[in-house]
Amino acid sequence: MALYSDKVMDHFRNPRNVGVIEDANGIGEVGNVMCGDIMKMYLKIEDDIVKDVKFETFGCGSAIASSSMATELIKGKPVSEVMKLTNKAVAEALDGLPDYKMHCSVLAEEAIQSALEDYKKRTGKNIEEAIEV
Amino acid sequence: MIYADNAATTKMSDKAIDTMMKVMKEDWGNPSSLYSHGQKAKEILEEARKKVASAIGAEPREIYFTSGGSEADNQAIMSAAAIGRKNGKMHIISSAFEHHAVLHTLEKLEKEGFEITLLDVHENGLVVPSELEAAIKDNTCLVTIMAANNEIGTIQPVREIGEICRKHGVLFHTDAVQAIGHIPINVVLDNIDMLSSSAHKFHGPKGVGFLYVKKTVRLNPLIEGGAQERGKRAGTENVPGIAAAADALLEAIDKMPEYSYSVSKKRDRLIAGLKEIPHSAINGDEKKRLPGNVNFCFEGIEGESLLLLLDDKGIQASSGSACTSGSLDPSHVLLAIGRVHDVAHGSLRLSIDEDVSDDDVEYMIDSVKEVVDYLRGFSPVWRDLTEGKREYIL
Ligand SMILES: Cc1ncc(COP(=O)(O)O)c(C=O)c1O
Ligand code: FES
Repeated sequence: MALYSDKVMDHFRNPRNVGVIEDANGIGEVGNVMCGDIMKMYLKIEDDIVKDVKFETFGCGSAIASSSMATELIKGKPVSEVMKLTNKAVAEALDGLPDYKMHCSVLAEEAIQSALEDYKKRTGKNIEEAIEV
Repeated sequence: MIYADNAATTKMSDKAIDTMMKVMKEDWGNPSSLYSHGQKAKEILEEARKKVASAIGAEPREIYFTSGGSEADNQAIMSAAAIGRKNGKMHIISSAFEHHAVLHTLEKLEKEGFEITLLDVHENGLVVPSELEAAIKDNTCLVTIMAANNEIGTIQPVREIGEICRKHGVLFHTDAVQAIGHIPINVVLDNIDMLSSSAHKFHGPKGVGFLYVKKTVRLNPLIEGGAQERGKRAGTENVPGIAAAADALLEAIDKMPEYSYSVSKKRDRLIAGLKEIPHSAINGDEKKRLPGNVNFCFEGIEGESLLLLLDDKGIQASSGSACTSGSLDPSHVLLAIGRVHDVAHGSLRLSIDEDVSDDDVEYMIDSVKEVVDYLRGFSPVWRDLTEGKREYIL
């Protein structure tokens, strides 16, 4: 039995949206204190839509696959929807992760949330209000 | 496929497989039975004991077959502790980077009231004999120090350690699981009282090992039951496995001079090649290491992704990264030689044997370079390092 699902291996081998957005307006970097892995998300938000997203990850196969999948799940989506992204959704989209690797998908959720916080701070936009609209 | 994880386990040799098959098919009797079929199995068992004894300079009656290295480590340490306790000596000295079979047994003894001293193994992964001597106290009952480390391959000064122990009347056990069949060890010349070994590290079968115990040292059984192994290890003997282990060991000893020369040449080429990777460092002393062991840290990357990508290129290796451990703890060996967590993260162990060709060595160097480069390309840690926001450690 392989360690990871085919989906995980696909996203690990061919990660989508790798890199940096020079004019990002939301950047989030988070780390897992236990394993020491670090993930960084760059968002370009326009008209409350995630127009572009890129990531950099220092971490295991499942962390790289989770970041890749997470970027796919939020690209082109309204901020109100992106806010609700959970690590579970990321793991499910990858056809599951081994139990002891679930925390890697948490890193992806947290990196995106942190990038949204940064966006909020930079633009002074109240994202919660945006949801009401 | 290039198999570069011989420290984890080795492929059984053809000779060992043939021996095992023959014993399973023809001589499958119980060595404790009186009739000839059982006695034939007994003969094979005792023949194997003689072979193993001769390979390490011991007497046959000083060899006890076990289920492997872990059991041998447990039994040796628990027996020495029992002797110590009886004499009111409750202090044990070991090193910080022993295998968990040793460290966890020592932790258990610590809970039972033993005092445990773990010697520093320094940046080069070597115990310093004078530091050992200084640590010995009146109530020290055991020194247990591995002959060669399983992760970074450093070879300890076993003979000197043994000499010091003799001088102070302290029992000396060595976990020689990585050493037996790879480097010369002689229990008499090396002043060893107890030694653990495991067959699957020298092209023998898994689940078979042995414990050498000097005849003057009292061994206690871990497993109670029948009178097998002179009453020290109950349970019907794994005769096919034991016979195969003995043959594999003799083969390994036979080949050792040639193996040692050719494999360490390849090791040195691998080390030279991987050193060209910027911000990398070899783990453990460069020369005082097992012929087949190469262990590096690469700054700015993580080991599990490195292993998975090398696997895609047909290279089977291992890492001390927290992400590969299941427990999320980085390798205690790398921490013991002073590698910080961040750096231990990007570790790679290649443990080769004679099946690896010169071309394979070049291919491994190129592949590791390529994969490290690729992973650094999207590592936020590497970016911070290159942009001066973080200081290089290596
Ligand atoms: C140094 C050392 N000690 C002990 C062991 C345990 O041996 P076994 O797997 O035969 O129980 C190993 C094997 O991983 C080892 O490398
Ligand atoms: S993020 Fe560290 S193990 Fe996956």
